[in-house]
Amino acid sequence: MAVLLPLFADWFASRGWSIHPHQQAMLDRAEDPALLLIAPTGGGKTLAGFLPSLAELAPGTHQGLHTLYVSPLKALAADIRRNLSTPVAEMALPIRIEDRTGDTTATQKKRQRADPPHILLTTPESLALLLSYEDAPRMFAGLQRVIVDEIHALAESKRGDQLMLALARLQSLCPTLRRVGLSATVEDPPALARLLAKHPDPCEILQADPGPDADIRMLETEERPPWAGGGGAYAIPAVLEQVKQHRTTLIFHNTRAQAEIFFHNLWLANDDDLPIGIHHGSLAREQRLKVEAAMVAGKLRAIVCTGTLDLGIDWGDVDLIIQVGAPKNVKRLIQRIGRANHRYNAPSKALLVPANRFEVVECVAALEAAKAHDLDGDPRGPGPRDVLCQHILIAACAGPFDADELYAEVVTAGAYAALTRAEFDACLDFAATGGYALRAYDRWQRLKQRDDGLWELRDPRAARQIRMNLGTIIDSDLLKVRMRGQGVPLGEIEEAFAASLTRGDTFLIGGKIVQYEGLRETVVEVTRTPYRKPKIAVFSGTKFATSTQLSHRILRMFQQERWPELPAHTAEWLAHQRYVSKLPEPDRLLVETFPWDGREHLCVYGFAGRNAMQTLGLLLTQRMEKLGLHPMGFVSTDYAVLIWGLDRPTDPAPLLQGGDLREAFETWLAGNALMKRTFKNVAVISGLIDRNTGGQRKTGRQATFSSDILYDTLRRYDPDHLLMDITREEALKGLVDFGRIEEMLARTHGRIDHVALDRVTPLAAPLFLEVGKVPVEGMATERLLAEEAARLMQEAGLDGRQLA
Amino acid sequence: MALLCRAMDMEHYENATRFPLAGSTLEARGSGALWWPDAKLLAVSDLHLGKSERIARKGGSLLPPYETDDTLARLDLEIDRLDPRTVVCLGDSFDDDASVEGLSEDTRLWVSRLMAGRRWVWIQGNHDPGPVDLGGTHLAELQKPPLTFRHIAKTGASGEVSGHYHPKAVLNARGRHVSRPCFLYDADRVILPAFGTYTGGLRSSMPALAELMRPEALAILTGPFTVEIPMPGRAQ
Repeated sequence: MAVLLPLFADWFASRGWSIHPHQQAMLDRAEDPALLLIAPTGGGKTLAGFLPSLAELAPGTHQGLHTLYVSPLKALAADIRRNLSTPVAEMALPIRIEDRTGDTTATQKKRQRADPPHILLTTPESLALLLSYEDAPRMFAGLQRVIVDEIHALAESKRGDQLMLALARLQSLCPTLRRVGLSATVEDPPALARLLAKHPDPCEILQADPGPDADIRMLETEERPPWAGGGGAYAIPAVLEQVKQHRTTLIFHNTRAQAEIFFHNLWLANDDDLPIGIHHGSLAREQRLKVEAAMVAGKLRAIVCTGTLDLGIDWGDVDLIIQVGAPKNVKRLIQRIGRANHRYNAPSKALLVPANRFEVVECVAALEAAKAHDLDGDPRGPGPRDVLCQHILIAACAGPFDADELYAEVVTAGAYAALTRAEFDACLDFAATGGYALRAYDRWQRLKQRDDGLWELRDPRAARQIRMNLGTIIDSDLLKVRMRGQGVPLGEIEEAFAASLTRGDTFLIGGKIVQYEGLRETVVEVTRTPYRKPKIAVFSGTKFATSTQLSHRILRMFQQERWPELPAHTAEWLAHQRYVSKLPEPDRLLVETFPWDGREHLCVYGFAGRNAMQTLGLLLTQRMEKLGLHPMGFVSTDYAVLIWGLDRPTDPAPLLQGGDLREAFETWLAGNALMKRTFKNVAVISGLIDRNTGGQRKTGRQATFSSDILYDTLRRYDPDHLLMDITREEALKGLVDFGRIEEMLARTHGRIDHVALDRVTPLAAPLFLEVGKVPVEGMATERLLAEEAARLMQEAGLDGRQLA
Repeated sequence: MALLCRAMDMEHYENATRFPLAGSTLEARGSGALWWPDAKLLAVSDLHLGKSERIARKGGSLLPPYETDDTLARLDLEIDRLDPRTVVCLGDSFDDDASVEGLSEDTRLWVSRLMAGRRWVWIQGNHDPGPVDLGGTHLAELQKPPLTFRHIAKTGASGEVSGHYHPKAVLNARGRHVSRPCFLYDADRVILPAFGTYTGGLRSSMPALAELMRPEALAILTGPFTVEIPMPGRAQ
């Protein structure tokens, strides 16, 4: 056992602390090439990560950069710098600590490159940027340790892949570099360890004492949850009661729109004027900072929020978490609950509020999964190639490189360990020539191979453009919202949403109902409105799909004879479904057909999550259209898709055959709007197109054209292009999520139970109340356009010929 | 040309909307081309041929290098269908003067074939001021009474056919957000949408266009079916 330096021991003692076993273990294993620490929030995780660095730096002999700390949030980097400065100052350690993020000033950044601190706190994007400079080898010379904080969060996106490629680069510059990952509770620690470590180095996993299990329950309400919908408005009195009984409550919602509506309704019912705030990703930074500051000062009793508060600085006094809407994913629920009671060894307290009757079942399933420590998560796919394309361009910015060496380096990143040389070469070819079947750019290659075999930028000025487009976070096109005549922005809305507004429309933002007045350059101008009911509130936000594991758990629950764990109203509902029709089974696919309201309905209980069920709805209606079944529309949820039309399919089984579905998928993929959105992200990350910069939009230059045109062009003239391949790969997950349709097909393997009925079934009934019904396309857009044109012409008193 | 038959949805562009200008009847076609039946004249604007090549040459992105073929394929289809006596390209036909040199031999042959047997006029644009060595006539503007063809509209003109602005209209039809390149016309002029594949659009509500057009101006949206509406954002 490494002995704690007396200096540290004294400092711990002066605070009345004793070192945690996992902190000691980190010191003991300080020489390991890679270490993954899994610890609950409040367990002194960050200090555990830094202790070995402080110990090594204490003698004051190290020159230059020693430890690099990378976190997903800028705010976290700044917060850690402040927290770390306290022990360093109190022990009078000769250590310089600085942070470097997008917010750091240019002079400070320049100085850091010339004279780096001992400990540098940064984000994956800022690190990638540092590595794109020619002086990177000098700046990182002597680097000993890298600490990746909240690695579980980074691993969920391409930011993790970019970071691990950057670490591979750093490892080549500093062969003795040791890696430490800090993570919250995850379902598969070894997978995270493989991501972190240099492949194929081993990576020890240290598990801190997870503390007592959280106290999670369903919120009891007088009112029953409604049959459908996602707002949770029925629970507002009970939620307010809980807020009164606790010091500080975080009220999590799954989407921003739901958070806004709930917050609005909460205020209407808040007779005691409890200080309650709102926090989500569409709010202006200024607004969020204000709420955060009020929170830290202990001035708020509750915050209505979304995933934006899943990570980040320690709020301290939170003693209750309320989750409105089914948690969709047990792991995230546990991590959210970890936000309460950051005192080690005290159980966190949480309440679940199902938004509708089906979510009662889902919440109970989630509670049981949480009790059983049965966490969910999809296995990580191989490292995405669009990120690799960007990495190659970054490497070229830093100077000429050797392709063999770069390949050897890339495959030391766990996510890219299985990358073949041919795949790498395709990415290099894309970065160099565009990789088109028509070799049009021989004269204007972006990278060219020199006589000595090294690759370099043909035009060194291209480095600037590459750096400006660096990173894997893609913001949708957002417009600021501002109260007319006032300077402070209220927040941001998506350009597409703004385009759908007409003057006088009302919507909710930051808890206020505002009226749309018009677009002024790139700012949406609004005014206050006396209306109490907003017309619309749409933010795209992320709609999470219920995880595979949770869906399976629900299907297993359905097989029970009785449901003592469910409230009576919900248990009766399920029993009635079993009596009238059937309950869905894990290894069979239940399909119901029934007439209702003069239309024929087809309901497929696929339990594949909302994105996949949406895709299934699109595919099935397309096939029904072909078969002359005249589908008119559909609606989907996490567990089912309901399709209505003019004719009843007598035998739905052939509709659901795997081979045909896959074929339909391939055709359908081609022109789909989700694919175009996926393509746009891939095109930005891989460096084909520039990020949308505000300046361009501001001048309204007609030179910028939509990436949809590029997608259509490639589809027509070069369908096998690398980016089309990557786009298809991405479509299997994410928005299109065909992977989960595959999972459904494999699980049920053609075992289809078709129940034909003469009326709506209990399980299908709530689907009729769902919002988000999708009309089946065709020439519908053209018809709508013609209709709208006729209306506009009439309104203008024109019939189109009056100019003559 | 194999690429020709792959160009998408060509058949659908057989639609058009007729409108009057300076006593003549003109036809705004769903493809974005303008047809003057009495003169057997076809006008297209802002082809921006060689755009991907120019961007690459300037050290920018390497965009899919297929837009020149795609633009020509669509133009070829319109010429094939209408058999015009005169074709007028209203400027910005090339993304810059050097783009002409960057055209492949196949592309040059294709353009020559399109030109054969008819009068062809290249109007100079702000992107392509210089003459081209592809044949045809190179003019600052073309007078063909009662109409005048030029690249950028002039205040006070009448009977004017121009391009340059790449107008498009954005419209909300029962919640569905539709954005289409469009023609803008009033009693004095018509402004054509861009015909080139890699061209974006300028909302017709931009001040530059609103100031140019009369308050009663109309927009004709291109696409599978042309649709006529009051010009969005026109001066009230």
